[in-house]
Amino acid sequence: MMAEYQTTTTATDPPKKKGSGWSFNWVGRIGLAIMLFWGLVALAGPWLAPHPPGEIVDWDYFSPVSGEFWLGTDYLGRDIFSRILMGARYTVGIALAAVTLACTLGVILGMIAAVAGGWFDMILSRLLDAFNGIPSLLFGLVVVAAVGSSIPVLILTLTAIYMPGSYRFARALAVNVNTMDFVTVARARGESTRYLILQEIFPNILGPVLADLGLRFVFIVLVLSGLSFLGLGVQPPNADWGALVRENIEGLSLGAPAVIFPSIAIASLTISVNMFIDNLPTKIRDRSE
Amino acid sequence: MTDPLVTVEKLRIGATTDSGRKVEIIKGVDFEIAPGEIVSLIGESGSGKTTIALSLMGHTRPGCEIEGGTIRIGASEMTALSNRGRAALRGTEVSYVPQSAAAAFNPSKRIMDQVIEIAAIHDLMPRAEAEKKAVELFRALALPEADSIGQRYPHQVSGGQLQRLSAAMALIGDPKLVIFDEPTTALDVTTQIEVLRAFKSVMRAGGISGVYVSHDLAVVAQIADRIIVLKGGEIQEVGGAEQILHAPRNAYTKQLLAAFEPVPHQPQAQPAQSAKPKPVLEVFDLCAGYGTIRNGEPTAKILKDVSFKIERGRNLGVIGESGSGKSTLARAVAGILPAYRGGVMVDGMEMKPDLKDRSKAELRRMQMVFQLADTALNPAHSIGAILARPLTFYEGLRGKAREARVTELLDMVHLPTSLRHRLPGELSGGQKQRVNLARALAASPELILCDEITSALDTVVAAAILELLKELQSELGLSYMFISHDLSTVEAICDDVLVMYKGEVVEALPAATMSSKATHPYSRLLISSVPQLDTGWLAGLEQDPELVAQFANR
Repeated sequence: MMAEYQTTTTATDPPKKKGSGWSFNWVGRIGLAIMLFWGLVALAGPWLAPHPPGEIVDWDYFSPVSGEFWLGTDYLGRDIFSRILMGARYTVGIALAAVTLACTLGVILGMIAAVAGGWFDMILSRLLDAFNGIPSLLFGLVVVAAVGSSIPVLILTLTAIYMPGSYRFARALAVNVNTMDFVTVARARGESTRYLILQEIFPNILGPVLADLGLRFVFIVLVLSGLSFLGLGVQPPNADWGALVRENIEGLSLGAPAVIFPSIAIASLTISVNMFIDNLPTKIRDRSE
Repeated sequence: MTDPLVTVEKLRIGATTDSGRKVEIIKGVDFEIAPGEIVSLIGESGSGKTTIALSLMGHTRPGCEIEGGTIRIGASEMTALSNRGRAALRGTEVSYVPQSAAAAFNPSKRIMDQVIEIAAIHDLMPRAEAEKKAVELFRALALPEADSIGQRYPHQVSGGQLQRLSAAMALIGDPKLVIFDEPTTALDVTTQIEVLRAFKSVMRAGGISGVYVSHDLAVVAQIADRIIVLKGGEIQEVGGAEQILHAPRNAYTKQLLAAFEPVPHQPQAQPAQSAKPKPVLEVFDLCAGYGTIRNGEPTAKILKDVSFKIERGRNLGVIGESGSGKSTLARAVAGILPAYRGGVMVDGMEMKPDLKDRSKAELRRMQMVFQLADTALNPAHSIGAILARPLTFYEGLRGKAREARVTELLDMVHLPTSLRHRLPGELSGGQKQRVNLARALAASPELILCDEITSALDTVVAAAILELLKELQSELGLSYMFISHDLSTVEAICDDVLVMYKGEVVEALPAATMSSKATHPYSRLLISSVPQLDTGWLAGLEQDPELVAQFANR
């Protein structure tokens, strides 16, 4: 999971490093910084946590922010700060793994369908359309009820929920690119479908696909939180950020910080991903003869 | 002398690029237009002709700005007015006829509603009166069924008619100045004549001044009283139409005129080793079409029994108007659109109709170059990568050898080697078309199918591409199948010509004697419709109206 996180960031990194000729505005930079921050937390969480995340360390419950418990404690008296650091691992990891799987599968199938056309395209499109008709939380409920909740099951369930949308999106883009003359030229040269997809079409749909990936990442974080909120996500004593919100929801009436900070964590991650995706480094186009 | 209607003084228009660099587009331009005079702005793309024309309405395209100078039309000074003040003058003082009428009309509203819109916006006259006036204009513009044509939707009339209707739209508010922005560039030659005639007679009758923007000197010669030659945002030469055409003083004007003169094509000397009599391409009874296939025949049949031969080292021109099936022919020969009947033989070997079934070696021999240079190059790949791919694909070249060959190819099409690292978006139109040619050459083909490759280029640039084609032919012994709607281009490069009409070859004849020896009525009509560099050509042109009605697509 973490490895995937690294590959997705390095894929978008090199342009920034070139410096001259590339513009990368501050909104995108802030987004990237927050993303990297949560990525680091996900990797190094256990070593950073001041208290063991699963253990009751305070006599009081829903205690306020203090020198010892930076973000207060939860309904059992566990340290929220440590639990958020550990939760990053689940939220960032599961969401990234699911979004990577969903978009990779969806985009590849979408491009194949666009290039191949005919009955392959028709059957695949209708099948995935039908699948898209199942409400996502309901589907999640059924799967978890059937096979139980574990991290691989969660990742695959979320992938299954978000793959058809990604497929539709990529297919629509690829169909447009597929009719361009340069694809015709490649086809007239005798190139294979694989080459057409990877070299001719993919680079030209990459921008919108990345934007779609950012949006889907946010949806997945939210659905994962939703599943955890219903008690179907990550199981206790571990908790992802959505589970932290659910556990401590009663604290809201007591004004406890325990419910606020996990929510802020969810918001900061989802917003920063979109800030970055919407403001990817772009090469300055300036035609100077 | 009467006071000029339009006075433009020291006009400067600038723009800011994405990186914040300031660019001057128009660098201090002065000119005047007398009442009733038609002045033409001519120049290559990027010369600022459209920018100047639009500025006469006080309008600039997004990102551009009028930075200095004055534009005066009649009593009002455009440059000093507020946006609201300028809007009040548009349609009544000055109006605009765009290049693509098809894109300028709203497809979901009836034509009449759109034509009289200006009268409604400026509250000029009641609706009934406006409609009556519109019908009069339709008549003056020689539109058929003038009384009822306004009730149709834009897609129910032809391109030439739509362009005349957009002129009616411009004229309904009785403007003093009409700006024509390349109004006939997108039309077929036979249609263009009718549209030009209509424009000319309406403008003369109403004593209206005009600005006619075009890159085509021959068209401009028919309609303009004076010509302003532009290059790089500066006026090169101003003069009467006759003077510009026959006694140009400026070097650039001379270059423009030279690009227009078709250089007669010298047939290639047949190489001695061409003892084998097999033609490089032989097509017999080729039929192709689009749509779902029933009983082995597509629903929309385009090509009907096309047969021809191209001998090694010779060039075949295919001419015809839009919709005649020229491009379909090229696509069917290349196998992009599989023919449903007939055959294609390259070097005496029969090719499968669908390119999927053709072998690499068969595909290599025949390469195609497309009309739109920019959509034919993948915007995400560098020029070097684009040229390297066919080398790897067909010959398995890699590393140093491939690098060297890419450099060689760029050199062949006269492009600097440093271009290798650029993306297609960073090249000019002419450079892109050269890259397209280089990519075709990378396969070491025997035949290149050129589908309108010079149509989207400026005259001077297109002439240079033709020169290049000839040079490559003599170096590499290529043959071209050259598709074009422009007869002078075909004359400049081809040995033989096929005239196509509605998917059929109506006549095949040698290019050199094309104008004199054509016998088929359609070929004669097509050839006589090509504008000549002569101000009296349109007035003196006589065409059999029956012939025109029979063949012209309007």
